[in-house]
Amino acid sequence: MYHKEKSIQIKNSASALYNNLGVLRIAPRSLTYFTVVHANVVNMVSASWDGLNYSHRQLQSKEPNVATSTSLIMQAAFCALPSRDLLVVTSQKGIQIYESDGSTMVYWHALDTPETPTDQAVFARGISAVGKSYICVGDSCGAILVFDVPSKGSNITLSDVLKGHKKSITDIASECSGSQECIADLISADDGGNLCVWKSGETFQRFNNIPGFDISCTSVKLWKGTAVAGYGTGQIRLYEAVTGILHAEVNAHARWIYSLDIAPFSGLLLSAAEDSLVRVWHLSIKPESLSVEVAHLHNECVTDTQICGAKFCDGDGYAFAVTGYDLSEIIRYTQS
Amino acid sequence: MGGVWSENDRKRVMNDIVGSMFSKDFMDELLKPQQLYSHRTLKTVLTRIAHASIMRLNPVSMDRLYELMVMAFKYQIFLCPRPKDLLLITYNHIDTIREIVKDTPVVVNQVDETHRKIIEVYSSLPEGEFQLLRQTLLIFFQDMHIRVSLFLKIQVQNPNGRFALSTSGPVPHGIEVPGLIRMFDGKGREIRRSEFPSEGSYSSSVKEGCFELHGDRVIRLGMNMYTVNNPEETHTSKDTSVKMDDTPNLLAKEELNLLARLMGSMKAEKVPKTETGFWINMFPTDQEEEEAGTSGVAEESLFEVINIQAMQDEQVTTELARIAGQFAEEEDPPLNLSSSKGDDLLAMMDDL
Repeated sequence: MYHKEKSIQIKNSASALYNNLGVLRIAPRSLTYFTVVHANVVNMVSASWDGLNYSHRQLQSKEPNVATSTSLIMQAAFCALPSRDLLVVTSQKGIQIYESDGSTMVYWHALDTPETPTDQAVFARGISAVGKSYICVGDSCGAILVFDVPSKGSNITLSDVLKGHKKSITDIASECSGSQECIADLISADDGGNLCVWKSGETFQRFNNIPGFDISCTSVKLWKGTAVAGYGTGQIRLYEAVTGILHAEVNAHARWIYSLDIAPFSGLLLSAAEDSLVRVWHLSIKPESLSVEVAHLHNECVTDTQICGAKFCDGDGYAFAVTGYDLSEIIRYTQS
Repeated sequence: MGGVWSENDRKRVMNDIVGSMFSKDFMDELLKPQQLYSHRTLKTVLTRIAHASIMRLNPVSMDRLYELMVMAFKYQIFLCPRPKDLLLITYNHIDTIREIVKDTPVVVNQVDETHRKIIEVYSSLPEGEFQLLRQTLLIFFQDMHIRVSLFLKIQVQNPNGRFALSTSGPVPHGIEVPGLIRMFDGKGREIRRSEFPSEGSYSSSVKEGCFELHGDRVIRLGMNMYTVNNPEETHTSKDTSVKMDDTPNLLAKEELNLLARLMGSMKAEKVPKTETGFWINMFPTDQEEEEAGTSGVAEESLFEVINIQAMQDEQVTTELARIAGQFAEEEDPPLNLSSSKGDDLLAMMDDL
């Protein structure tokens, strides 16, 4: 179903972090941007679709105007808003927002870091764009910071702080089907496996809480009102987001899942784990029974590699890319 | 060079090293919340511990020992089945150490105390936080692919230096064997199941290991890999084109403070001048190793303000090595690690 293509070499290896691959497709310029986190650096590659041009850039986690600061990065992700695309980088010190090509930092938000380390780690993790102008970022206390983004310029403001989680946020995602009819358009997950379902707006509303079983939900997606969540048990669960009804449970992997992704136009689902496997599934919504079905389509084994990032490169799922801990390349696969 | 090792010498060295490492002050310092160390700091600390007795290692041997330790450590963390199994691996180490010093009750006590403290600090940590701990440690090991002859021989490591990750065997405790899809109706009743090919040959998990002071740990990671059958399998070879110390130096000054505190908390063995130390040459030194250079790999400076130049970096490295007791044959007084030593080092860094 898929075959391996030529890998993209990156400047240094990927760190073992959940969802450690960012992808942004820029159709008008026939380019795709990729981001891979290595310790305190974000490796960015811009790849032309003809496979001939690659340009690299590295971003460091750094407070502006503080020469000696650096901290470990937890996640880097692209946020595609109707008016503009941005790159968000979250670390142990704060949140940096860049123009999508990484050329300029437009905003910095500092976290409350204590003077001497305490036994509670402090960091920001979980990034998603939602609605017309919002970017949501989670933190280690379980709070979700909502930033309001103007269509141009750097006048980004913190407009809300959502409290719904007691454990550290692991991942946040917005409804990706493009459907306007969805009641809820945002989902967040935490280290206890709990999911919160929200509707964005001037005031965000919490629609539902789907409790976990004390095992981290490391990656979450929302598609056509279905929450798709990956856990440290190697399982994937599909829930109806607003009611919390469990549609399906898959014993998908033998180790912690690190990344999930959905191709919204085709309903293809990608799962990747520390067990070295990437799996492709198909989700279909049965309108008669309002149930969701999962069918397995394909496996790829990345030998001896604990995978940390896997994403489709386009809305149909024609191609996908994979990163692994200690690997200095982005592995690519396309449909045969 | 000293004479022949006796069984008593061996026992003494083991007891001295374990006693030094498991001392209350040192462990209290270690168990404080802190950032990830750089390779340089960890190597300095381990060098000092290795020199806690009458044994001496030359710099090349120490480099080799460090590589061996780090690769074994990487192997265990990388293959750790579940994040909280980091504790079981630790307890395997502690169990073995306890066995080694079993004839010296004072030291066994120190080991037990440390074990209890670790249980107290870590037992209630949720799995998500253990995974974060593991992910942070994995950053420390990133890009290290030094080949260890023992690991190659037992095939846990490939010729390219990467560890083998199996897709067969028992799944970790609490994980289901992959392969099953279950679908439910609106009322939570299972309406269908189907299977998919997992491409692995997994079996159900075995029982969970014991997290108490004593018990069957079940997992084998962390147990002694060097048996009587493989006494000399310590040869390491590295790809010299790979920069070894790539770990981000998160806050250079902060780290020196930490190092000064750690050193200050370690017992200094007062070896009388009349007693000859034993020099150990653990690893064959060949042309390649000597050409590869000493332990002071120039660190890329990530900061504009603290600009450590190559010459001064060498001074720091020498100073650290001196503190670590590597140059015991010189005219230094018995190592007296007061906090002023740490201050001197900091002052030297401040001057840069």
